[in-house]
Amino acid sequence: MVQPLGTLKESASQTAGPYVHIGLTPNFCGIGGVYDADLGAAMVNDRTRGERIEITGRVLDGTGTPLKDALIEIWQADAGGLYNSPAEMRGSADPNFPGWGRCATDGETGEYRFETIKPGRVPFRDGRRMAPHITFWIVARGINIGLHTRMYFGDEAAANAEDPVLARIEHRLRVPTLIAPADGNRYRFDIHLQGERETVFFDI
Amino acid sequence: MSDIPNRKPETGAFFARDRAWHPPGLTPGYKTSVLRSPQKALLSLDGTLSEITGPVFGHAMLGELDNDLIHNFARPGGSAIGERIIVHGRVLDERARPVAGALLEFWQANAGGRYRHKKESYLAPLDPNFGGCGRTITDENGFYSFRTIKPGPYPWPNGVNDWRPAHIHFSVFGHGFAQRLITQMYFEGDPMIWKCPIVQTIPDRAAIEQLVAALDWGSTIPMDARAYKFDIVLRGRRSTLFENRMEGN
Repeated sequence: MVQPLGTLKESASQTAGPYVHIGLTPNFCGIGGVYDADLGAAMVNDRTRGERIEITGRVLDGTGTPLKDALIEIWQADAGGLYNSPAEMRGSADPNFPGWGRCATDGETGEYRFETIKPGRVPFRDGRRMAPHITFWIVARGINIGLHTRMYFGDEAAANAEDPVLARIEHRLRVPTLIAPADGNRYRFDIHLQGERETVFFDI
Repeated sequence: MSDIPNRKPETGAFFARDRAWHPPGLTPGYKTSVLRSPQKALLSLDGTLSEITGPVFGHAMLGELDNDLIHNFARPGGSAIGERIIVHGRVLDERARPVAGALLEFWQANAGGRYRHKKESYLAPLDPNFGGCGRTITDENGFYSFRTIKPGPYPWPNGVNDWRPAHIHFSVFGHGFAQRLITQMYFEGDPMIWKCPIVQTIPDRAAIEQLVAALDWGSTIPMDARAYKFDIVLRGRRSTLFENRMEGN
């Protein structure tokens, strides 16, 4: 006999389903008057520090068809590389930047869009600097457990080359699935759920 | 976003997820998963700052009726039709510690199983006094509660004759983005639970039972509303006592 650990099991995930918008973006789907604004709809204001960027893209299924009912959340550091979180021990993040945003893909086109800022570099566990990146979390009908991935920036080749996370991707041909091509301050990040160009997803 | 008062910051990485406990990506009985599930292995990553941090929401963002679905979409003096219930419980982590300041968002169909959504065409009518969304934030001991009507089961185009059990969708933020979770709550005694392809995506019966809320007679308010108790468990996190972390803690 040994002592029991006394740990619990994490509640099992279930799909967000096709009507995730009712709960997470009610104004977007026409349920007005309950909340003033949808949570996570605006990430920047006039006082937010950093370079303004726009990220757009689509989430595509195994046939290349865009999902019109997906919901994406992003989490990122501020321009100085600090997270707006109680677990951030290195200093205080920009008070005018929550670091978190939420966007449903368009019901007609499947496009999502975030207006945010380019994040600063954040240290990896061993102190090496990671390249600027944004964590993405994708839920939708047909996705049983939310998918985590990262978006890196196409115009940060030098930083990407020394990023300790990208370096762990065994199949080098898959690295570009995490790198969003730059067009000025616009980045396009398409997420392929399955197949030939499948995005690298993380168990984090 | 706000700090949680009187709380020592937690900076440890989270316990690895038990992917055999959660549903896998590919569950052919739930047809939509077939084309929406990754085919390649996930890349494992022990939590970096990007995963062990996460947004924390302050109670100040909540409106008075945010956790009252019976009234938060109703006309003045009106209320939603259906079985009045209170849903309450705690958010704990795997080490059984309360998760304070956790944002919970929930959504559901009305008493007849009809969702208020433009892509929903089920013939059961909308309730003009019911929207179907709510939210709350756990207190310092991890407790939450909200008031609603019990949702009805509804049919969905999967198999020829598939019906979802009565359920409420939950979205949960803990303290780190790696804890992010969306799940569904079911109701004790519902025979529909064991027929549902979405429930059956979960491999382990014990994991399914953990999503079934118990009728809580003790918390029922006489002549007003019955109560269901639903505890949610998020990933636990490691203590950082002996970890040589360059970020310093």
